Amino acid sequence: MVEELGTTAEGDLVINIGPQHPATHGVLNLVVTLNGETVKKVEPHLGYIHRSIEKMCESLSYRQFIYTTSRMDYLSSHINNHACALCVEKGLQIEVPERAQVIRVLMDELTRIASHLLWWGAQAMDLGAFTPYFYAFRERETITTIMEETCGARLTMNYMVPGGVMADIHPSFQQKVKEFLLLIQSKIDEYDELVTGNIIFQNRMKGVGFLSAADAISYGCTGPTARGSGVSSDIRKIYPYEVYSKLQFDEILETAGDSFARYLVRMKEIKQSIRIIEQLIDNIPAGDFQSKTKAVLKLPKGEFYQRVETARGELGVYIVSEGGTTPYRIKFRSPGFSNLSALDHMAKGGKLGDLIATMGTLDLVIPDIDR
Amino acid sequence: MTYEALKITITELAPSALFEEGGEWLNIFISPDAFPAFVQQLRSTEGLDFDSLFCLTCVDWKTHFTMVYHLSSTIHFHNMVVKVKLDRNKPEIETVSAIWRTAEFHEREVYDLFGVEFLHHPDLRRLLLTDDWVGYPLRKDYEDPINMIKL
Repeated sequence: MVEELGTTAEGDLVINIGPQHPATHGVLNLVVTLNGETVKKVEPHLGYIHRSIEKMCESLSYRQFIYTTSRMDYLSSHINNHACALCVEKGLQIEVPERAQVIRVLMDELTRIASHLLWWGAQAMDLGAFTPYFYAFRERETITTIMEETCGARLTMNYMVPGGVMADIHPSFQQKVKEFLLLIQSKIDEYDELVTGNIIFQNRMKGVGFLSAADAISYGCTGPTARGSGVSSDIRKIYPYEVYSKLQFDEILETAGDSFARYLVRMKEIKQSIRIIEQLIDNIPAGDFQSKTKAVLKLPKGEFYQRVETARGELGVYIVSEGGTTPYRIKFRSPGFSNLSALDHMAKGGKLGDLIATMGTLDLVIPDIDR
Repeated sequence: MTYEALKITITELAPSALFEEGGEWLNIFISPDAFPAFVQQLRSTEGLDFDSLFCLTCVDWKTHFTMVYHLSSTIHFHNMVVKVKLDRNKPEIETVSAIWRTAEFHEREVYDLFGVEFLHHPDLRRLLLTDDWVGYPLRKDYEDPINMIKL
């Protein structure tokens, strides 16, 4: 890679951004071709945190392999576990108790809020505003504390298992979530005052990193990245799983297709997640939190695919089973991988500073891309 | 389009296609020769409009490779799976990156980990592993005494 760097025959400058760079939020290496300050080409070099999780899963049982997925998109670890649990349940044709379904959705939505909060702080920090980062972490801390009480972990949860959830919720869970809802609702207005309406922030975001709806579909973009371009892609709405079909919430669509649109989608999604939690928190049905499953799970011969909506977009789990206790092949279709492939297209022709703003709004988590 | 309607339309498009029953979605096998024209039709035929390739991967069956393409339509919200069997000694298939841009990265990943050659791919290089890596890790017969831990 080193020999590519330097000045090209046309006088363009080829530089490295990353793998150790604060704006890439992890070990991502971008080789950027610059003409003055204008970006001509962005070439991502991946693999700095490639652990070959797919290969590892081939020798792990259906209960064990779920743990590796917490290490992919670590900000949506609940939702990653959820996708795997659902896929295994689909193969085994297990019914999950309604209590477990509701707990799972509650956890998913809390995770989504936490993930979007962290992104909001990091995005503002990328653009030079340092305060929002601390504000976001202050509120995110409340969520991780709630999670810790129930799951015993703050980041790699491993709470969802085939058949339900690992343990029942903590006795103070409902009370603490309600307190958190009151807190976050007052804070969101504060975030809007602090960042959303800020003229410097808007100037850095509006009209930057444009992605058309057709390109978003072609590049396989999902999640807030696609919805910022007006592409309806919310799996919770299109292919509902668990109790999502019974819930009242809106799919957020913005049509501008620029960085600011993607920003608005995420901010509004926080409010929708709050709406979902409000509907469920007082209505957790009584009953079992886990259905009875065999100690050793064996999936029948066949192929199973499950897609869920993580905070970053569509996560697909593809299991090929030969009827044994371990999967024959597993593929994780991670949202970040496809979203990153559109970066070159989005950043081309813009300024170097805009590349950072655009990359931030893709909400990349590098272990999710490399797997 | 429903499963049955989709099946009828696909049969008209590609009479040689083999259907695989039992999956959640419509599963079809197509030969590598008929594949490029067939996927182009899936994308452009009105009523089908498979505009989104949401998953592209490969499975090593020890005797052959199977390329698996998961397609969906963001207009009609229907899904299907296209599979192509490849010769394990000389795995080659036409790229679909001109139809779905997302395939460019996904195909590089499959090339990297399985060693499948994608013909007419704009930039076929290793993506995750280093350029001088020997072998293709996701193949079933891959051996690595240092990095691989056998359970």
